[in-house]
Amino acid sequence: MPIFIIARLTFLEAVRRRILLAAFLLGVAFLLLYSFGFYMMRTQIGSQRPITNSVSETALQSGIDNFLTLAGLYAVNFLAIAMGALVSADTLAGEIGSGTIQALVTKPVRRAQIVLGKWLGFAGLLALYLVLMIGGVMAVAYALDGYVVPNVVNGIALIYLETLLIMTVTLMLSGMLSTLATGGVIFGLYGIAFIGGWVEQFGALLQNQAAINIGIISSLIIPSEALWRRAAYDMTPPIAQVLGAAFSGPMLTVSVPSELQVFYAIGYLVVILAIGVRAFARRDL
Amino acid sequence: MTSYAIETNNLRKEFDENVAVRGLTLQVQQGEVFGFLGPNGAGKTTSIKMLLGLVAPTSGNATLLGAPLGDRAARAKIGFLPEHFRFHDWLSADEFLNLHGQLYGMSAARLKPRIDELLDLVGLKPFRDKQLKTYSKGMLQRIGLAQALLNEPALVFLDEPTSGLDPVGRRLVRDIIADLKKRGTTTFLNSHLLSEVEITCDRVAFIKHGEVIRVSELQTLVDGATSVTVRAHGLTPPVLDGLSQWGKDLRADGNQITLTVADESALPAINRFLVAQNVEVYALTPQHLSLEDLFIQIVGTDGGL
Repeated sequence: MPIFIIARLTFLEAVRRRILLAAFLLGVAFLLLYSFGFYMMRTQIGSQRPITNSVSETALQSGIDNFLTLAGLYAVNFLAIAMGALVSADTLAGEIGSGTIQALVTKPVRRAQIVLGKWLGFAGLLALYLVLMIGGVMAVAYALDGYVVPNVVNGIALIYLETLLIMTVTLMLSGMLSTLATGGVIFGLYGIAFIGGWVEQFGALLQNQAAINIGIISSLIIPSEALWRRAAYDMTPPIAQVLGAAFSGPMLTVSVPSELQVFYAIGYLVVILAIGVRAFARRDL
Repeated sequence: MTSYAIETNNLRKEFDENVAVRGLTLQVQQGEVFGFLGPNGAGKTTSIKMLLGLVAPTSGNATLLGAPLGDRAARAKIGFLPEHFRFHDWLSADEFLNLHGQLYGMSAARLKPRIDELLDLVGLKPFRDKQLKTYSKGMLQRIGLAQALLNEPALVFLDEPTSGLDPVGRRLVRDIIADLKKRGTTTFLNSHLLSEVEITCDRVAFIKHGEVIRVSELQTLVDGATSVTVRAHGLTPPVLDGLSQWGKDLRADGNQITLTVADESALPAINRFLVAQNVEVYALTPQHLSLEDLFIQIVGTDGGL
């Protein structure tokens, strides 16, 4: 199957060009730093309070653990998005520019199979990366404090979906634009999602409908940030959810993205992939 | 029912305002070695890209091995060596050939002996485990050639196959083309090295401004192109007029004239004519025109610009 041949080739390229190794080493460095920070904060906070076994004390401790875990996942989420964009920005544009694509597309394969194969290869790469990083963050929380965030599977799935979404948009752009233009557009889009998310949260806090609408529109343009906020909300304990104190990076999640937005993101990804396939299939190489 | 390996009908490509190929119409017979000649910018590369489905024609149509452009079953029987032979250089030669063989849909059982055979053929067996980024330009061209022959193609496109090669490598390519011809493979050769074309091709097309301006059997072209230099006294205007019945492109320069004639059999008649006209002939020298001379005669010296 040509799709799997290309997927394997894509994966192999990441290995041969030491992308995987670099990501792995930096990931380990991140996890070491994170575990150190986690440990310091836990002991610091713990030492300033008399140890009691009251229900509220347990809730507070688990709240702190949750905060620290989500802070780690927020960083991982960002790193995975950057990884997804960086590995895929050059993949089609670079091969078109250098001419390596010519010997591939003149084989008895569909161009769509080349795009889908690359997508699959990156999807595998990102899955591996997330397993390492999310697994690492969770292992730290569990090892140091026996803590596990709620709705783990759900949260991981949403983070993976967000990473795939950014990678898919980048892949589509890479088949249409130069590598640099692809990078510029994808970071512009990411910026829209990021700022849009902030505006929406402020709007929700201040009950300003216009600000909320701006956030919703930005989530329609690129629904990546909404996925992270949904993931962070899902992984927050119900008590904190009720209090409106779900942590999602620099902001608390006040306005929670609906399930509909998750379905929108899935549909968005599929449509973007289809556009990418179509654009590459029609392009002069 | 067509027996052509390649048949194009008014294939045209425009890039925005620019017309890269005006209207390419040609037929390449199965089993022949076909040379595709023309100056830089004549539209050769765009033409090849259209045939291989890399670039979509603006208008016109074509068939390869009887199938319309882009047909995947036909592609399985086509080999292609791209002009700049840029490949995934982080693969070893072995991995590279395996990858492309798999993309041709070849089974491992068929691929393995074929790769061994081809690595032997292009002389790269000792380097099969080395990554392509360690290869010289000539080695890349050889491995590219092996890649183009993996599927034992019925039709091969070679875009400048000898441009990076030393004389030994060039001879190798020549031998490979001769061998392909023996097996009945059609070869479509785009090359600037006219001496190579002269040795290997059965027929050639000259292309300029994106149009075929002449297609000819190479032998007829070269044989038919003899020029005669006459050194003599008494070359009067009536004599020169009389001489033009044997050929064209008559150039007179004092006691010396040059004339392009159909073939050497015209020489005795020219001699008899000159003697009968009381011309004192000192020398009558036939000269074969090389393909390069012909190229310049046909395409012109403006380089197609």
